[in-house]
Parts: sequence; C-alpha cells; structure tokens
Amino acid sequence: MEVINKMRLSFPSLSQNESFARQSVAAFALQAGDWTLVEMDEIMTAVSEAVTNAIIHAYEEVVGEIHIHASILTGNGIEIVVEDNGIGIADIEQAMEPLFTTKGEQERTGMGFSFMESFMDRLSVSSAVGKGTKVRMVKWLAISPADESV
Amino acid sequence: MQINLETRGHVLIVRLSGELDHHTAESLRIAIEKELDRDIVSSVLLNLNELTFMDSSGLGVILGRYKRLSQVEGRMAACCLNPHVERIFKLSGLNSIMGIYPTEKLALAQL
Repeated sequence: MEVINKMRLSFPSLSQNESFARQSVAAFALQAGDWTLVEMDEIMTAVSEAVTNAIIHAYEEVVGEIHIHASILTGNGIEIVVEDNGIGIADIEQAMEPLFTTKGEQERTGMGFSFMESFMDRLSVSSAVGKGTKVRMVKWLAISPADESV
Repeated sequence: MQINLETRGHVLIVRLSGELDHHTAESLRIAIEKELDRDIVSSVLLNLNELTFMDSSGLGVILGRYKRLSQVEGRMAACCLNPHVERIFKLSGLNSIMGIYPTEKLALAQL
C-alpha cells in the first residue's frame, strides 16, 4: 500500500471548524477516485464524528489543536487520521461501545464510533491518558463489476 | 443552518436547510424548546428536505426533543429525508420511534 499524495490540516478545537474540516477532507478524497455521493457523505460524517469527539472530549475547558492527516493510497483508497493532544481515553474498548458516552447530559448519543465503523472500512483508535488520541480510518472505493472485468 | 418554523394547529413544522452538526445543534435545540415552552403545539414535524448534512449530533438534538414530547404524550415525525440521512435514522433506530414520510402532506396526515 503506497501513499500517492497526502495533506495535513490543523485547526483549533472550535465547533465552527467541524464543517470546513469534513468538507476539506472530502475534497481531498476526490483524488482517490469517483466516490458516489453516498460515499462522500459517509466520509464527511465519519470525519465529523472524529472531529466532534476531539472538540467535546479532548480539551475540556480549553481550546487545543486538532490535526488531520489524510493520505491517498494506491488502489483508490484514503487514510484519514484525526489526532489531538488532549486528555486521552482511559478505556478505549468502553469508549467504542455503541451508545456509550460520558456526556449524556449534553445530548450526546454515544454513536460516533459506531458511525465511523459503519461508514469506513477500517477504524483504529490509540490513546494515552494525558497525552492525546489518534483515530485512524481507511476507506476504499467500491469496485463496480464493470471495472473488475477490465 | 436555517430554521424555518410554522405552527399549523397543534403541529410545529420545523424546516431545516443547511447542515445539522454539533455546531448548529444547539440553535435547533433552543428554537424548538422555545416553541414547546409556549404550550401551543403538541407534535413536531421535521422537514429535512433541504438538509445537506447530518451526523450523530443531529440525532442527539432530535432525540432530546422526542423525549420531551413523549413526556406529554406528544408526537414527532420527520419527512423528506435524503438517502444518507435516512440511513443514519435507520442505523440509530430513530426510524422505529418516529414516523418517517416522503412528503410533508403525508406526515401531517398522521400527526
């Protein structure tokens, strides 16, 4: 798996940055190939979930930096990494359980990781308490039967 | 995100256009809560025809209002969902607790 192109985006953990972040990644993702409209929505939603998690959970009372690294992969794929240097996750397995949330009183559904898992082909999370969290996602363009015959 | 509100009898019609995410969810919560506080409507219809984006934050604000309405036996429905928004509703199970309709007219007939 080789990297054809990559980009890096950094911005403060403010909610007004959620929209441009997901749209920037989607625009970059077009370099991997002709995603369907639904696939573009899936990529944007997955990025939005990861970025929103960082904004809400990583930096509680302060504003920190969120870094997105995206890479176009050979074979029509995109790798997206959303990283923060915030408080980290003590129990990653628990955090990724569907419907688990530490902010229920803020009307959080706890579905963020479930959505990332449903909409992307690979999802992995690494974190260290007090150091930060890194969410890595990969998505491949679906090959249509017509392409496979070539 | 633009929020257009219309009261028709006992139903509050909420028409959204633009993007519903964590950043814009609070404004939707406040707008609906303000109308519900007036004690005029008992049902809410969300018209998502012009919604271009929604993530789980949008589900959270919708679910929160559903819970409030349920407490007073009010009802909630949604109409005019695009394929991606409909998928999100299904993934979350929201489609099993509120009616989803292709048009505003069909939705209003049920509320």
